[in-house]
Amino acid sequence: MKIKPLQISAHIILILGVLLMVVPIWISFASSTHDTVTILTEGMKFNIGEHLSRNYNEVLNEKGGWSEEVTAAKMFINSFIMALGIATLKVIISAMSAYALVYYRFKLAVPIFWLIFITLLVPLEVRIFPTYKIVSDLGLTNSYTGLILPLVASATATFFFRQFYRTIPDELLESAKLDGANSWRFFVDFLIPLSKTMIAAMFIFMFVYGYSQYLWPLIMTTSEKYWTVVMGMKIIFTESYEGVALPRTAERFAYIILSMIPPVLVVVILQKWFIKGLIQTEK
Amino acid sequence: MSFLDLKNITKIYPNGTKAVHETSLSIDEGEFMVFVGPSGCGKSTLLRMVAGLEEITEGEITLDGNLINEVDPSERDIAMVFQNYALYPHMNVYNNLAYGLKNRGIDKQAIEQKVNDAAKLLQISDYLQRKPSMLSGGQRQRVAMGRAIVRNPKIFLFDEPLSNLDAKLRIQMRLEIKKLQQKVGVTSIFVTHDQTEAMTLADKLAVINNGVIEQLSTPIEIYNNPKSLFVAGFIGSPQMNFMEGELKNKTLSAEGFEIKNVKSDYNGEVTLGIRPEHLSQSDNGLINLTVDLVEQLGSDNLVYGQLKDKKDFCYRCPGNLTIKKGSKLSLNIDNDNYFIFDKSSGKRVN
Repeated sequence: MKIKPLQISAHIILILGVLLMVVPIWISFASSTHDTVTILTEGMKFNIGEHLSRNYNEVLNEKGGWSEEVTAAKMFINSFIMALGIATLKVIISAMSAYALVYYRFKLAVPIFWLIFITLLVPLEVRIFPTYKIVSDLGLTNSYTGLILPLVASATATFFFRQFYRTIPDELLESAKLDGANSWRFFVDFLIPLSKTMIAAMFIFMFVYGYSQYLWPLIMTTSEKYWTVVMGMKIIFTESYEGVALPRTAERFAYIILSMIPPVLVVVILQKWFIKGLIQTEK
Repeated sequence: MSFLDLKNITKIYPNGTKAVHETSLSIDEGEFMVFVGPSGCGKSTLLRMVAGLEEITEGEITLDGNLINEVDPSERDIAMVFQNYALYPHMNVYNNLAYGLKNRGIDKQAIEQKVNDAAKLLQISDYLQRKPSMLSGGQRQRVAMGRAIVRNPKIFLFDEPLSNLDAKLRIQMRLEIKKLQQKVGVTSIFVTHDQTEAMTLADKLAVINNGVIEQLSTPIEIYNNPKSLFVAGFIGSPQMNFMEGELKNKTLSAEGFEIKNVKSDYNGEVTLGIRPEHLSQSDNGLINLTVDLVEQLGSDNLVYGQLKDKKDFCYRCPGNLTIKKGSKLSLNIDNDNYFIFDKSSGKRVN
C-alpha cells in the first residue's frame, strides 16, 4: 500500500496534537518523581527519577493547611463528593426541567426556557456575593450541601435535554399514554432510557465542571475539612525558608498527577456512552 | 344504544381551524368501521378524539355506555396502531407488548401468557427478544398490532397503519388485519386515504370530506349508490368519469349524446358520472372515444382516451380484448348504470 503525502501530513498534524496534549502531563509526571531540589536547580524533568514512591506517599498522607488538619486524600474525597453531587443533581434537574418545558405545553414554556438560557450570562463568579450571602444565611457554609447546592442548576444541560426531547416523536408519548403510562412513568420508562447517552455525556461535562471549581469552595469554606483539590493546589506543600514561602515543587507535581485521576476515571468509565451521545442520537 | 356513539362532535383547533363539523355516528360491537377521505379531511382528528389524544370541542362520545369525553386516554381501554408504529425503540418486542399490561398491574405469569399468545397469533414469537430497529417493516407492523391485541381493549384504532409499507406487503397486511379482526372480534376503527383499503376492510364505511361525513354505509352500497359527487369520485378505481350536461324533462343532454327517460324530476345543470367498468362496446354507442393509451393489467384493460370535446375518459374492458392506440370506440352504458349529480351542490339527483 502506498502512503500518500496527504496521509503523511495528516498524521503529522495528529501526532503534533497528541504531543501537545501528552507532553505536559508527562513532564508533570516525570518531575513528580524527583526531589524538589533537583527540580529547582535543574528545571523540569523528562526522565523518571528515584523518589516516586516517597513523593506520592507524602502527598497522600502528610497533613497540610494552616492548622495542619487536612490531607490531600481528604481533599480528593471532598472534591469527588462535590463533583459527584453537582453532576448528579445537575443532570436530574436539567432532565426534569427540560421534560416540563417540552411536554407540558403551557403558555410560558418558551419565555421560561429563555429565562433559563439567559442564566448562562450570569455564572457563579458574577453572582458570588449574593450567593454567598444566601448560603451563609442558610447556615450552609462549611458543608457539602453549601458546596454543591448553588451550582446545581444548569442552563446548558437543560438546553441539550430540551433539544433531544424535541426530536422524540409525539406518537411515542401518545402510544405510551394509551398503554396506561402517566407523566412520571413516561419520563422514567421512556425519556431516561432513550437519553442515557445524553445523560452520560452531560454527567462527564458536569463532573469535570464541579471538580474544577475554584472560587466558590475558596470563598465558602473556612474549615479545612471542606477544602477541595483545586484550592489545595495553591496552599499545601509550601515550605517556609527564611521567612519566604517556597513551594515543594516535586510534591506539587505528584499532587497534580493524582488530582487528574478522578475525572479521568469518570471519563474512562462513561466514555462508551459519552462518545455515542456526542456523535449520534439513539432513537 | 350502540357500542361507540359519537354525538354532534365538533373539533376546532386553537388557531381557529374547524377540523370536524357536528359529526354523529355509531358503531356496533365487533364492527369494522373505516374512515376514508383525502388528507386533511378530519378523519384522523376524529379518530384521535376517540382515543382521547385530542380535546373534543363540542359533542359527546360514549363507549360501552359510559361518557368518555373527560376520561384520560390511559383509562379508556383503547389501543391504537400508529402510522409510524410508534414502537418503543429501547424495549425489545416482548417488552413492547408487555408494557401496557405491566402498567395495568397484571402479574408476571399472566403477562407472559398473554404476550406469548398474541405473538403466536401474529407469528412474531421468533423475534420477541429483538429490538424494533432490527425488524423489517412488516414485522414492525405486526408488533404494533400485537401491542394492541395483547391488552384485549374495547376498541382498536388504526391510523393509516399500512401507508409505510411497500405495495405487496400492504395488500398482505390488509388481509391479515381483516382476518385478525374477524378472529378477535374487537370493534375497530381504521383510518385511511386509500379507497381500496377502505373498500376491502370495512364492514361499514364513512366517507369524510372537509370534516363532514358525506356518506355512511356498507362499502358496496357506497360503490353502487354514491350520494354525492365527492363520494362518487373518491370511491372506485379507476375514478368515475364525469361530464357536464343538462337535465330537462327527464332528458339528459351531454356533449354529443342524449339519455332519455332519466328517473329524475330535477331540471337544470348536472354532472353525469359513469364508472369505467359500467361501459361496453356496441355498434351505435352513445359515447365515442378516441384511444390514447391502453394499460394492460392482464385481467382487465384500462383504456384511456378523449371524447369529442377533448375531455379525458376511461373505459375498463376485459383483458382479452385487443384495443389499439388511436382506434375509435363506440361505447354504451350498461343497464342504466349512471349517476346524475346537481352541478352546484354535488347532490345526487337520480
